[in-house]
Amino acid sequence: MKPPHRPFESAQFEFRFSLTQGHFVVAPDLSVNARSIALFGPSGSGKTSILEAIAGLRTPQRGHIAVNGRVLFDRAAHTDVPVRDRHIGYVPQDVLLFPHLDVRRNVTYAAPRRPHADLDALASLLDLSGLLDRRVASLSGGERQRVALARALHSGPDVLLLDEPLAAVDLARRRRILDALLAIRDDLGVPIVYVTHSPDEARAVADVALVLEEGKVVAAGVPNDVLP
Amino acid sequence: MSAEILDIALFTSVAALAATAVMLVPGVALAWLLARRRFPGKAVVETLVSLPLVMPPVATGLLLLWLLGRRGPIGRLLETAGIEIVFTPAAVVIAMAIMGLPLLVRTARAGFEQVTRRYEQIAETLGARPWRVFTTVTLPLASRNILAGALLGFTRALGEFGATIVVAGSIPGRTRTLAVGIYSFTETGQDEQAAALLAISIALAFGAVLVANRLARVD
Repeated sequence: MKPPHRPFESAQFEFRFSLTQGHFVVAPDLSVNARSIALFGPSGSGKTSILEAIAGLRTPQRGHIAVNGRVLFDRAAHTDVPVRDRHIGYVPQDVLLFPHLDVRRNVTYAAPRRPHADLDALASLLDLSGLLDRRVASLSGGERQRVALARALHSGPDVLLLDEPLAAVDLARRRRILDALLAIRDDLGVPIVYVTHSPDEARAVADVALVLEEGKVVAAGVPNDVLP
Repeated sequence: MSAEILDIALFTSVAALAATAVMLVPGVALAWLLARRRFPGKAVVETLVSLPLVMPPVATGLLLLWLLGRRGPIGRLLETAGIEIVFTPAAVVIAMAIMGLPLLVRTARAGFEQVTRRYEQIAETLGARPWRVFTTVTLPLASRNILAGALLGFTRALGEFGATIVVAGSIPGRTRTLAVGIYSFTETGQDEQAAALLAISIALAFGAVLVANRLARVD
C-alpha cells in the first residue's frame, strides 16, 4: 500500500492471443504502453473475454499475454500462470461479492492478516468506512461496486481489471468513483484495464483506448482520436 | 417409563448421531465429487450411492451381513485385527450410516451444484489456494444443503429398521433401536413398551422436522 518512489508513468501490456468465443475469435494482437487502457465496444465484442484471458479464467488457444514484463500466458513456452498467482485485481460486471461474508470480510478476503491501517486507508479512499460491518445483501449497486473494488485492491494487485464498473452506479457517484480510480492508479501505481461501452468513461479513465468489433481490435490510440 | 425404554431411546439417538458423523465427511466429499468432477466410473459410483435408497433395506442389511460377517471379505480382515462388527452396536451405526448416506449425498450435491463457479473463480483471483476456496467459499455457500442433508440422513438413521435388524439383530441392551424395539415388543405382545417407543419416535421425528423447517427458513 506504499506509494511508489517515482510517479507512475506507464505499464506495458502485451495482448497477442486468440480465443474462440461463440461464432468468432477474440484475437487482440498488440503491445501498448499506458497507465490505463479502455476496452471499448458493443456487447459481445469480446471485451470481457479479454479480461478473463488476462485473469486466467479463460485459456486462449494460442498466443501470449504479459503485463509489465511479467508473462502470464505463453502457449509456445507452455506458460500458464495459475489464476491465484497472477496478482490481478478482477472486478467482474456482476461484482460477485461473497454473499455469506460481511463487507469487511469481503474486502480482506485476499489478505485477512494485513494491517488494519491498510483496510482503513482503502475504506476512506472508497467511502466505505460506514459500511464495513454491513451484510452484502443490504448494499446498493454503487456500494457493491466500491466494495468489490476494495476487495480487488486489498490483495495488492499488479493490475486492475474492471468490467463495466460504473454500470450500476448512479450518475452522481460516477465522478467520485472515477476520481478514486485515478487516484489508485497514480498513487499506488496500479495500472488499469477498463471495459466499458461508454465513450465518456473511456475518455475519463484511459490513456489508450482499444475499440473492439467481433473480437478484433479495429482501432487503438488516444481516446479522443479513436472513440466516437 | 422404564429404564429399558429410555435406554433404547438414548442408544438410538446416540447411534443415529454417530452414523451422521460417520457419513458426513465421505458424504460431503462424494457430493462434491459428483457435482464438480468428471471421472471414469462416475455413473457407477452415482448408482452405488443411491442403491440403498431403492433396494429393500433388508436386502442392504443382508449385503452388509455378508460383507462384514466373519467369512465376508471385510469381516475376515477385521477379525484378524480382533474386531467384530456383526450384531454389535457398531453394526447398528454402520447400517444407519449406509442407509442415510444417499439422502445426505443427494441433498449436498444439489447444494454444490447451486454454488456459482464464478464465486470460486473470484476467490482464486484473490490468491486463494484450492483448499481455501473450498473451505471459505464453496462449503459455506453449500452449507444449508449440507445441513439439511445431514438432518435427513439423521432422521433416516433414527427410523432405520430393515438393514439394522439383519446385520445387528435386536439384542436388548446392546443393539435394540427404537424401530427394531417396536417390532420386537409387538411380536412378543409387550404392547405397553411398544407404545412407549412409538411415543418417543413421534417426539423425535417431530423435533427433527421442526429443526429442518427452521433451517429452511433462516437466512
